[in-house]
Amino acid sequence: MTSQVSSPAEQADGTDETVVGAQRKPVGTKDVRRLDRVIIRFAGDSGDGMQLTGDRFTSETASFGNDLSTLPNFPAEIRAPAGTLPGVSSFQLHFADHDILTPGDAPNVLVAMNPAALKANVGDLPRGAEIIVNTDEFTRRAMQKVGYDTSPLEDGSLDGYHLHPVPLTTLTVEALKEFDLSRKEAERSKNMFALGLLSWMYHRPTEGTEKFLKAKFAKKPDIAAANIAAYRAGWNFGETTEDFAVSYEVAPAATAFPPGVYRNISGNLALSYGLIAASRQADLPLFLGSYPITPASDILHELSRHKNFGVRTFQAEDEIAGIGAALGAAFGGSLAVTTTSGPGVALKSETIGLAVSLELPLLVVDIQRGGPSTGLPTKTEQADLLQSMYGRNGEAPVPVVAPRTPADCFGAALEAARIALTYRTPVFLLSDGYLANGSEPWRVPDPDELPDLAVRFAQGTNHTLDDGTEVFWPYKRDPQTLARPWAVPGTPGLEHRIGGIEKQDGSGNISYDPANHDFMVRTRQAKIDGIDVPDLAVDDPDGARTLVLGWGSTYGPITAAVRRLRTAGVPVAQAHLRHLNPFPANLGEVLKRYDKVVVPEMNLGQLATLIRAKYLVDARSYNQVNGMPFKAEQLAAALKEAIDD
Amino acid sequence: MTDANALLQLVPKAEAKQSMKDFKSDQEVRWCPGCGDYAILAAVQGFMPQLGLARENVVFVSGIGCSSRFPYYMNTYGMHSIHGRAPAIATGLASSRRDLSVWVVTGDGDALSIGGNHLIHALRRNVNLKILLFNNRIYGLTKGQYSPTSEVGKITKSTPMGSLDAPFNPVSLAIGAEASFVARTVDSDRKHLTEVLRQAAEHPGTALVEIYQNCNIFNDGAFEALKDRERAEEAVIRLEHGQPIRFGADGAKGVVRDPATGDLEVVTVTAANEGDVLVHDAHSTSPTTAFALSRLADPDTLHHTPIGVLRSVERPVYDTLMADQLDTAVERDGKGDLAALLAGTDTWTVVG
Repeated sequence: MTSQVSSPAEQADGTDETVVGAQRKPVGTKDVRRLDRVIIRFAGDSGDGMQLTGDRFTSETASFGNDLSTLPNFPAEIRAPAGTLPGVSSFQLHFADHDILTPGDAPNVLVAMNPAALKANVGDLPRGAEIIVNTDEFTRRAMQKVGYDTSPLEDGSLDGYHLHPVPLTTLTVEALKEFDLSRKEAERSKNMFALGLLSWMYHRPTEGTEKFLKAKFAKKPDIAAANIAAYRAGWNFGETTEDFAVSYEVAPAATAFPPGVYRNISGNLALSYGLIAASRQADLPLFLGSYPITPASDILHELSRHKNFGVRTFQAEDEIAGIGAALGAAFGGSLAVTTTSGPGVALKSETIGLAVSLELPLLVVDIQRGGPSTGLPTKTEQADLLQSMYGRNGEAPVPVVAPRTPADCFGAALEAARIALTYRTPVFLLSDGYLANGSEPWRVPDPDELPDLAVRFAQGTNHTLDDGTEVFWPYKRDPQTLARPWAVPGTPGLEHRIGGIEKQDGSGNISYDPANHDFMVRTRQAKIDGIDVPDLAVDDPDGARTLVLGWGSTYGPITAAVRRLRTAGVPVAQAHLRHLNPFPANLGEVLKRYDKVVVPEMNLGQLATLIRAKYLVDARSYNQVNGMPFKAEQLAAALKEAIDD
Repeated sequence: MTDANALLQLVPKAEAKQSMKDFKSDQEVRWCPGCGDYAILAAVQGFMPQLGLARENVVFVSGIGCSSRFPYYMNTYGMHSIHGRAPAIATGLASSRRDLSVWVVTGDGDALSIGGNHLIHALRRNVNLKILLFNNRIYGLTKGQYSPTSEVGKITKSTPMGSLDAPFNPVSLAIGAEASFVARTVDSDRKHLTEVLRQAAEHPGTALVEIYQNCNIFNDGAFEALKDRERAEEAVIRLEHGQPIRFGADGAKGVVRDPATGDLEVVTVTAANEGDVLVHDAHSTSPTTAFALSRLADPDTLHHTPIGVLRSVERPVYDTLMADQLDTAVERDGKGDLAALLAGTDTWTVVG
């Protein structure tokens, strides 16, 4: 592990030099305490730049080499009314000197930019947590707006916490008085002041943020300079003010990671890169047909930036056209993708059914969010599992793959592409809002280690008629995979017509024959059932009697809860499904090994329903549908209860 | 070389001379005997060899409805998709494969009711698609409900007391949706149909061809006013680019502009007003006159129905623009380097 930051002691040389190159180091004589992990939450108005502040702190933390996990949490409104509880936007970051699995249950530090941010978040803090508040915003009016009759900063209600009242706005404006900015413009930099202060408190590297600000405001150098000045002022404030007596060190997570080159990555970014990588590994051009929808739009944005990889992105008139265009491109030989969230899947269902019937490869990426209907657009949920399994007319089986962490979205995209291309089928990739926006360190793979997804298009005839004529039959299947040939337009001699009407086995001609329909329905099902997926791995070091089975983004919280139980001497086995359709071949056998099976899900028990139906095991559900990921402590308690029951 | 020819050049040419037979598939045609679709199928199959494109580079995409069975009968690549979505599917195909000649076959219900959104967006984008809209003013495959082009008061199974909603005029709609090529023709006029198809095929971008098509089962004679030799003379306005817009026996009628309103009207041509008769300009940048022409037809009687190419203008083609952006990106940023992309700019190294 390399680290860009030396310890403060090495820098305490008595000079006033606080900038080494662009890298700022603490020089004071204040106490430095070592911590193994910290959870920070930045909270403010939707327009206060809390997501940016959190992103920057995350980047600093990633480049320092801590393990980390993040949880952005923001309202669906772009600028909800200022100072109100619904308008509060927050960003939580958990970082540590060891490997961690979740963004953390309860923050150790809350930065509250206004009374609404304090009120909305204080309930999540354990006693003794540090609260940094922007006192400038604690006016009588602002406090009354969120129901504070008396000032919480003075009425003793925060006595159990370590409160740091800081006039962030005033200090920022004061720090920028040399700049030719209006007061309003100067105030906008208060998030950078806060970031500077926190960067001092936790010894974060500063170079990256200064570089970032210069690049972000390259066309407005004054604004860049002002933001950097506010950032440095915040850092200096921590260094000099009496109120902050202690700063903290969280050492790099030197042993948590195997050797390699690492970066920080969010789920949607990893998924986008996975799609580009799949296109390269398959040697097929990538085509994305999509319609903007939260929380999936970032994939459309990201892929649109990489046209030099031959990526075509098509922002369609609606969800149906998004998948329609993708299916058209698939017919033409592209690696075709559509990205959406639950409401969009509902609209795309008929076209997914057509893709099942046409047997063309197509990736349907569903970044799940709270439902039903519009639901909670910016919150997470896992309630589209049954929609992806069964949400179509007729018998229309579709494989389902679910990533487990933000970084795993990369590999899951490649795996979904492998299945789609090998078996000529639409495939669901079920991510969710928590994975999409959350981030974690990722070992950057060498392209040479990625799976080979090479595809062979049909090149010639594949069938001899009774009269000896050589013909091309679009539905003559590969006996191993049951996949049909992919003959793309432009290939001479293979002209053929496909459609959504039932077709004759082999020839693909329209057929209403009852026996043929029965055969085709069963064959399409058999093709999906026969998809080669890896066996389910079980983590069970103690020979437990209870298995916790999860899928998708609950991996972090479940694993953290399992660790807590094992640390407390409670044996528990854990397994996590990446393939929801088909299930791994050994799943039934795994389930039967345990007395109890508990299935935690952010829905009302959709996987549990599938498991109970297919394997006749008495799987118990533990459910939470509040738009947020599980908290490890609560989950551990629930699992303990199930084990003891 | 015009843009039109440049685009057609992207589609490979047939190596050998083609005949109509080459474009007939081995599938038995299953439309009702006497259906107007037969005439259109024959016209298209007969016209394709004139284009001389490699058969494997021609694709027909359709939606749902009687007309949408069309691709099964063409010995080209084809997709019979789902109701209303053919323009969307064809857009993905055409914009990712510029070496293909992509045709959409649709009907009045498919294109204007369930698929109305996709149709207007294909037209405004100007994707390189040729859309053949078979308009029989009725739902045939579902056995005779009124359609979005049916005349008001239409008595059908779903409207026993008469339909209430005003019909679309597909040509007006297309012009309003920024279409760069809009034409209308009739199933029974093979020569006219073929000539319109030829112009559509050569048009760079989306071409919409409305084809009046008789459903002899559920709406027989819907276009009789335009077909009956005697009545047609007074009802049909044949448009030809660069020619005065005259019709009727001996060209007795003409279309002139009302100087007061700017609108178009039909007059009896006299020596005094002969010079005022409008000369058809399909290539006019402004769609105003083409739109006014499209409004001359009476939706009930079909009197004064213009046929031919109402509008044909060149404007940037979506798939060309898309391909250009990909080329520009490679010129600007170099060909994509996956390793560099994955690593990004902010990495750290863990050594063992």
